[in-house]
Amino acid sequence: MAAPRGAVLDVGVDTSTVAPVRRQRRVGGLFVASVIWIALVALGAIFADLLPIPSPTDMDMLGKRALPSAEHWLGNDVLGRDVFSRLIYGGRISLTVGLLAPVLGVTIGGALGLLAGYFRGRLETFITGGVDVLLAFPPLVFALAVTAYLGQSIANITLVIGVLGIPAFTRVARAVTLSLSEREFVTAARALGATHSRIILRELLPNVALPLVAFFLLGVAVTIVVEGALSFLGLGVPPPAPSWGSMIGEGRESLDIAPWLAFLPALFMFLTVLAFNVVGDTLRALTDPRPGAL
Amino acid sequence: MNDTPLLSIEGVSVSLPTPRGTLRAVDGVDLALPAGRTLGVVGESGCGKTMLSRAILQLLPKRAALRGRVMFDGRDLAALPREELRRLRGPELAVVFQDPMTSLNPVLTIGTQIVETLQAHLGLDTAKATQRATELLAEVGIPAPAQRLRQYPHQLSGGMRQRVAIAIALSCEPRLLIADEPTTALDVTVQAQILDLLAREQQRRHMAMILITHDLGVVAGRTDEVAVMYAGRVVERAPTPRLFKHMRMPYTEALLAAIPKLDSAPHTPLPAIGGRPPDPTRPLPGCSFAPRCKYADAVCEHTKPALDDPEGAGALFACWHPLT
Amino acid sequence: MNPLLSIDDLTVEYDVGGKTLSAVAGVSLTVGKGETLGLVGESGCGKSTLGRAVLQLRKPTGGTVTFDGTELTTLGSEAMRLMRRRLQLIFQDPIASLNPRRCIGDIIAEPLVIAGVADKAERDRRVREVMVAVGLDPDNALGRLPHEFSGGQCQRICIARALILEPELVICDEPVSALDVSIRAQILNLLEEMKRRYGLTLLFIAHDLAVVKAVSDRIAVMYLGKLAEIGPTERLFAQPAHPYTALLLEAIPVPDPTVRPAANVAVGEPPSPLAPPSGCRFRTRCPRADAKCAAEVPQLREIGGGQFAACHHPLSA
Repeated sequence: MAAPRGAVLDVGVDTSTVAPVRRQRRVGGLFVASVIWIALVALGAIFADLLPIPSPTDMDMLGKRALPSAEHWLGNDVLGRDVFSRLIYGGRISLTVGLLAPVLGVTIGGALGLLAGYFRGRLETFITGGVDVLLAFPPLVFALAVTAYLGQSIANITLVIGVLGIPAFTRVARAVTLSLSEREFVTAARALGATHSRIILRELLPNVALPLVAFFLLGVAVTIVVEGALSFLGLGVPPPAPSWGSMIGEGRESLDIAPWLAFLPALFMFLTVLAFNVVGDTLRALTDPRPGAL
Repeated sequence: MNDTPLLSIEGVSVSLPTPRGTLRAVDGVDLALPAGRTLGVVGESGCGKTMLSRAILQLLPKRAALRGRVMFDGRDLAALPREELRRLRGPELAVVFQDPMTSLNPVLTIGTQIVETLQAHLGLDTAKATQRATELLAEVGIPAPAQRLRQYPHQLSGGMRQRVAIAIALSCEPRLLIADEPTTALDVTVQAQILDLLAREQQRRHMAMILITHDLGVVAGRTDEVAVMYAGRVVERAPTPRLFKHMRMPYTEALLAAIPKLDSAPHTPLPAIGGRPPDPTRPLPGCSFAPRCKYADAVCEHTKPALDDPEGAGALFACWHPLT
Repeated sequence: MNPLLSIDDLTVEYDVGGKTLSAVAGVSLTVGKGETLGLVGESGCGKSTLGRAVLQLRKPTGGTVTFDGTELTTLGSEAMRLMRRRLQLIFQDPIASLNPRRCIGDIIAEPLVIAGVADKAERDRRVREVMVAVGLDPDNALGRLPHEFSGGQCQRICIARALILEPELVICDEPVSALDVSIRAQILNLLEEMKRRYGLTLLFIAHDLAVVKAVSDRIAVMYLGKLAEIGPTERLFAQPAHPYTALLLEAIPVPDPTVRPAANVAVGEPPSPLAPPSGCRFRTRCPRADAKCAAEVPQLREIGGGQFAACHHPLSA
């Protein structure tokens, strides 16, 4: 048998790396269109007061359900208010609630999920139990109760939707943390003597954050719909402030003579929700740190 | 040697598009395997041995492009219609994978999985199929086979799961069995048992078998012929006894030397192969092993050696400076 | 040799669906300063649990672990956290043991940050030094993410991380079983080199006796939570006393076709650790088992020359 006789290299070094594998993160036209749409709605909402548009609450009793004109681009509603202006101001409320409520959910829910998934044991039982109770509580009854006691306001509606979103974020964060905690890099950090807070903040959070952000964007989309539904039911922001949901509700009354009054806000809501979903999905696909595995 | 081989691979190349360019996973491989014989395919991870087995089974990823012919019993598998290919898998071609946990369906009992295979391919009725399944489990050395049929994969140990996977592969009496790293995930003791089992069933059924592994020790006593692969090509191929007695390719020798020896003293430094295989998306103009080879010179760097049998002894190698 | 680590009657129990699983059932051993002790056994024999119990990553249910005169099992959590600098662990799956979202420079510097080395320049210097020592190119690797490296390189990164605090004891838990044969040799050589350079004491856990032999001074063989045999490497290989050790030796594939693989040496698989056999735990697979083996638990006793075996019918008595 051919003996080794030093017939081979004994190089104790392995310095070469694979040529940088930066995946070309190609995103589709749909993603770009979605980002542009969200940007437009957001800019409109932020700078609504500065835009050369009529007030969303000024009533023109002579121009009820007026058709689009140079003065009123998308016509007027039943009370003679400018529809385009109301859509833009409505976007302000939809986006405020749509972003703030999931922020509340992702912060509290994410933190609870991380703690439950990392520490396990009694804390986990307690947190998942609490979350299950929250899930079992009828959301509409909760919304009714809060608005009945605390009154109708943007802050209250945000609070209601935000609290209702906590269980979903807790579950996502807990599931991701559970699978990560099994991974050896967490054990490695423990073996190095890292404190619990350091493990949670430095090892787990960066890995949990991206799935949570993707889920957050889907949450935004859902929240906009829920806010619309609550406003439609009269539980949302108080009139005369416009919101897409309340506009659909008001437009319903004249569905037969002026269907666009309901369909235009519905279209805005649809496009915005779709845009957030597209962005959320794309980000989720991009969050895998590995390049298209060979 | 038999006259007509059961499987003959002629000039097979597999390339995959990747973000960094075309990856040539298998690069012009020729192999022949007569019925009832065993071929060992040895190489490091990434050498193309698994892609080659996928090419034989026609189970390549969708994006992969296959060139060359895979002749099985006179038919070119690459040109066969989907339906005919499906009928070949099982009764003619079968495979055992490295990880039995992923190759078995976790939500079905192992009985269901074997019985379904038997019914689909051999048209047995349920009672006959169950009877046969029990026999098969007994044949692969599973104690209390009747009870095991009702269990789920996760209730079995890794070794037992691999035995079940082998039982499924053998259920339709295939003429060619491809075992792709069947023991890499297992303990040494279980590895020995699984290899014995495969060897025994191969002999008993007169199957042809391809045993794919990264460990030369695994193929040594259990194959008729060995093909060593490096960077997508076969670099040495010879009848097993001859290969181990007289290696010609420095890579094969290095691979053998890197295995810790039982008879060497503790703390003996192992002759490791420095560096690692070249980037498969950036093929080298010369011999792929040249950057890691101590015998390499200018010729090796510029010109690719062909796989040849200069002595006509049935021992092929691709090297400009073969060991003597 | 002065024992750096001594384990006495260590037990680790898990609760599995109401039943008690003794993963480690009363193991005693010592590792001398500068020694490499190989710990071998099949999967599920408790060897990894033992490693983790030594580091108190898994709380032992009973027994003591003494490291350099300090009892670790009763140590407070803060004192244990500080003690961890002197004890390190290297894992089987090098890729899984690196955080996929942190760059190599951060990963290797992490132990220094945890240990409170505040000076960034000092940390950088030491990171570069240890990277060169394990055969990585700092300029190329520092800013990259783990997935850009091969398995062998990831294991080098893990070794660098384990060595940067210059620990005294390193527990290697199957450090090469996930690697190819050729890369395996590189990593084994590297561990030997690092042991010399840093004056390490190693507890080397693996399921492959051939791998363990290449690096160990003494070898301990574990079966179903108990020690079957322990002794100097050469002696244990030359004349294994426990039939289980003999079985492990025979199962190693020999890369020589003239050596026919012994026919059916390895019988069956270990029984469930939830219900270990009475008496000698190996008796269900042992060719020499008799009534005494079922009735009486064999104790470790010296066969000679520092070789101990827990067997009623040792092979080389």
